[in-house]
Amino acid sequence: MWRDTLLMVGKDLRIEARSRVALSQVAPFGVIALVLFAFALGPDRSPMAKAAPGLFWVAVLFSSVLAIQRSVSVESVDGARDGLRLSGLDPAGVFLGKTAAVAVQLLILEAILGVGVVLLYGARMNSVWLAVVACIAGTIGLAAAGTLYGALSAGMRVRETLLPFLLLPVVAPVLLAGTRIWQSALAGGIPSQGTPWVRLLIVFDAVYLALGVVVFGPIQESA
Amino acid sequence: MAPAVPSSLALSLHDAVALSGRFPLLAGVDLEVATGETVLIEGPNGAGKTSLLRLCAGLVAPASGRVAVLGLDPVRHRTALRRRVGFLAHASHLYDDLTVRENVRFAVRAAGGSTDRIPAACERLGLVGRLLRTSASKLSAGQRRRVALAVLVARSPELWLLDEPHAGLDASARTLLGQLITEASAGGATVVVASHEANLVEPLAHRAVTITGGRVTSERIIRAVGEPAGEPVCDRAEPTPAPEAESVIHVA
Repeated sequence: MWRDTLLMVGKDLRIEARSRVALSQVAPFGVIALVLFAFALGPDRSPMAKAAPGLFWVAVLFSSVLAIQRSVSVESVDGARDGLRLSGLDPAGVFLGKTAAVAVQLLILEAILGVGVVLLYGARMNSVWLAVVACIAGTIGLAAAGTLYGALSAGMRVRETLLPFLLLPVVAPVLLAGTRIWQSALAGGIPSQGTPWVRLLIVFDAVYLALGVVVFGPIQESA
Repeated sequence: MAPAVPSSLALSLHDAVALSGRFPLLAGVDLEVATGETVLIEGPNGAGKTSLLRLCAGLVAPASGRVAVLGLDPVRHRTALRRRVGFLAHASHLYDDLTVRENVRFAVRAAGGSTDRIPAACERLGLVGRLLRTSASKLSAGQRRRVALAVLVARSPELWLLDEPHAGLDASARTLLGQLITEASAGGATVVVASHEANLVEPLAHRAVTITGGRVTSERIIRAVGEPAGEPVCDRAEPTPAPEAESVIHVA
């Protein structure tokens, strides 16, 4: 399984390095979302700084839908999904590999959006490590749930519209916990304030990673 | 993992039915293919040729009937089976953003094959020099087909399932494909070719099977297993079965 995971991560990241969709389309989309939020909140920086954690995670969520759709669409061209099935790759390895590749892209995106939040909203990061923990734990869950629901919608003609419809409600815990942890990080709160929310993210990650490892195979076969 | 059928049979289908929703893809196929045999599958469009190959590759699950491929159940032993089967489908299964070399390498490694054979396989298919470093998105349909064939050659599977393998290939590639099929068969592999171009496949095949309406409607022996390719032992209009192959003749 781990060999197949590494093979898939390498393949998906190589494709991303060539196509640069994450850098040229997904990241700009996230930045544009941050700018539009800033326009909507007006010139006063005080409400922007206050809303920064929530706006950051909403931008991450919307951008992640694009990144996941890209990950799904890569397997839709020229029968690549059938090629994966025919190769005999362990479905759990395929799931973990695609999840890891999406997670790497999202972490880079979050770094860009984090800088955007500081520059655009005037937010001051008092506990960077707490924010980083939230990003890592939240990203794993987002990528795992996204890859799973991406596979579910993969065989359908309406997958582009179905994926956000399926995914966004499900990842609400990531939005909630990520925002709470970032509020603590921006306020310079004590780490223990964010701990229950970090735990929630870890449970979310564990549930979706386990679920994906178990059900990705049957989903892949039925797509 | 006990084999479901004797190992001398590469394919064994009895009353195999496959559905797409409620639409029948295969309506009760009876077919046995011996190990090392090369079989041509003929039939009109929509007859079920591709569905039969997809069933054998484990891409379509049988709704009823008994199916064993290389002695394995294609549903229960899916992963183990797929690593032993090579399927050249209509699509080439290539990633547009990867180069030819990367595509072949990924496909071979994914199937658990050795990468040692990749250079020779690529060279055999004319995938050399700058072409190896070319992105798959820039390839013509024929070149994509060559890449897919290179994967097959590098993997050297036990069962070759070829769906309209000549489509998009130029004259030299068609000749090369014939050589590859002959070599695979001589090496002990079983080859099943679904094709409308019977004139190209018949000289290589041991048997021709016609599918109509999702069923096998006729079979004819072209030459006995073990006889060299390109020397048909019987006339097409009046088939005379070879003695050792007589048991597999069946007309539904």
